[in-house]
Amino acid sequence: MGVLTPEIWTAIELTIELALAATVILLLIGTPIAWWLARSAAWWKEGVATIVAMPLVLPPTVLGFYLLVVLGPDGPGGAVARLWGARTLAFTFTGLVIGSVIYSMPFVVQPIRNAFEAAGERPLEVAATLRASPTRAFWTVALPLAQPGLFTGAVLGFAHTVGEFGVVLMIGGNIPGKTEVLSVAIYDFVETSQWREASILAGGMVVFAFAVILCMTLLQKRVARAGE
Amino acid sequence: MKPFRLVALVVGLLALPWLGGQALAGETTIAVAANFTDAAKEIAAAFKQKTGNDAILSFGASGQFYTQITQDAPFQIMLSADTERPQKLVQDGRGVADSRFTYAVGKLVLWSKDPNLVKGEETLKGASFAKLSICNPVAAPYGAAAVETMKSLKLYDTLKPKFVEGANITQAYQFVATGNAELGFVALSQLTGDSSGSRWMVPQNLYAPIRQDAVLLKKGAGNPAAVAFMSFLKGPEATAIIEKYGYALDTKS
Repeated sequence: MGVLTPEIWTAIELTIELALAATVILLLIGTPIAWWLARSAAWWKEGVATIVAMPLVLPPTVLGFYLLVVLGPDGPGGAVARLWGARTLAFTFTGLVIGSVIYSMPFVVQPIRNAFEAAGERPLEVAATLRASPTRAFWTVALPLAQPGLFTGAVLGFAHTVGEFGVVLMIGGNIPGKTEVLSVAIYDFVETSQWREASILAGGMVVFAFAVILCMTLLQKRVARAGE
Repeated sequence: MKPFRLVALVVGLLALPWLGGQALAGETTIAVAANFTDAAKEIAAAFKQKTGNDAILSFGASGQFYTQITQDAPFQIMLSADTERPQKLVQDGRGVADSRFTYAVGKLVLWSKDPNLVKGEETLKGASFAKLSICNPVAAPYGAAAVETMKSLKLYDTLKPKFVEGANITQAYQFVATGNAELGFVALSQLTGDSSGSRWMVPQNLYAPIRQDAVLLKKGAGNPAAVAFMSFLKGPEATAIIEKYGYALDTKS
């Protein structure tokens, strides 16, 4: 692939690593949150759901600004970074993962919550009458039933992290191999009038986005048909 | 709401800025290199007071504006941070040839919030810091000047792993101001009225002067407000403001 310089490959690899890391963490954090949101009767749960959903509406600059301060040497991020002798979590891969997890959270929690809610109480009640403990029922009944939701959440979380730009631009510092992801590389190419490189990457992103959305739609159709 | 009323509302809203523009004395849209932000705001205020015209300013990296202008962005004047881009705009047929002039010569500073960190070039040689903030050297002239400085000092390769890069000079400043980078190369203009931290005025022999050119774009050639702004920028009120913000004036013209 002569057109893709090593620099571009680095950006592609980094983007995939970031999206994978964010997706794994999002599933680990997002699933319990979604479970709680689907099952809890707490009056304040919609407040929590709102907080989780807020990145949908907030401009990335708001998150980027807060993260720059929070991850910095005067914020909690700096305190964490000092554990291994660094000063700040900004400009690091860890910092980008934190930003991505917050930013992509609604895209993961929402479909999983919907899946848990769609499955309803009934299968769990049946499991309980068969003497399954709540934990066991969660792992053997609720989670398998919510599989399409988990899959949708994972794909959307991954894709949305790949498509993230504003937050990364603000806290990344554009370091090749560490924080220079694809979307930022495209921005750089456009700013510096390297349109050939920009169009190769931009075209790739268009194909990627098309493939992701098409796959999701086809999968949802199949699941709906299987449910009939 | 009935469909007709909705359409009328939308049309009304769309026409609003246009009608507003007609009613006022005159206005001109200007793309301003990020390093010139504060000075440009003050000049625009003085311009408004003197002529009654509004100068509507957009701030960003010169490279970004160049790209946008080649795609027909509605700017009438560009205050670039370099000489090449205005020149290219003239060559592209988007700038008015004889309107180009150097409105300011920028000064590069190495700056830190830590009052004891920056002592001079030995700070760079000692390299006892984790992150050095610069702005994109290809898109922004201050980034290019920073790179040139480090190359003159033969420190570029040693320091390169410590770079964090802002998309423009404002972001490079922000990284230092929030403490995320210990120090960084910024524009002297950004430190106007701020004596905090420690700084080193990079000697002029380490980098080529950052000559910042203004150019009247074809879109503004027929607009008296744009033409007026160009001559106001050369006048004594504007040059006093420019010098106040730590720029030198062009000695050649």
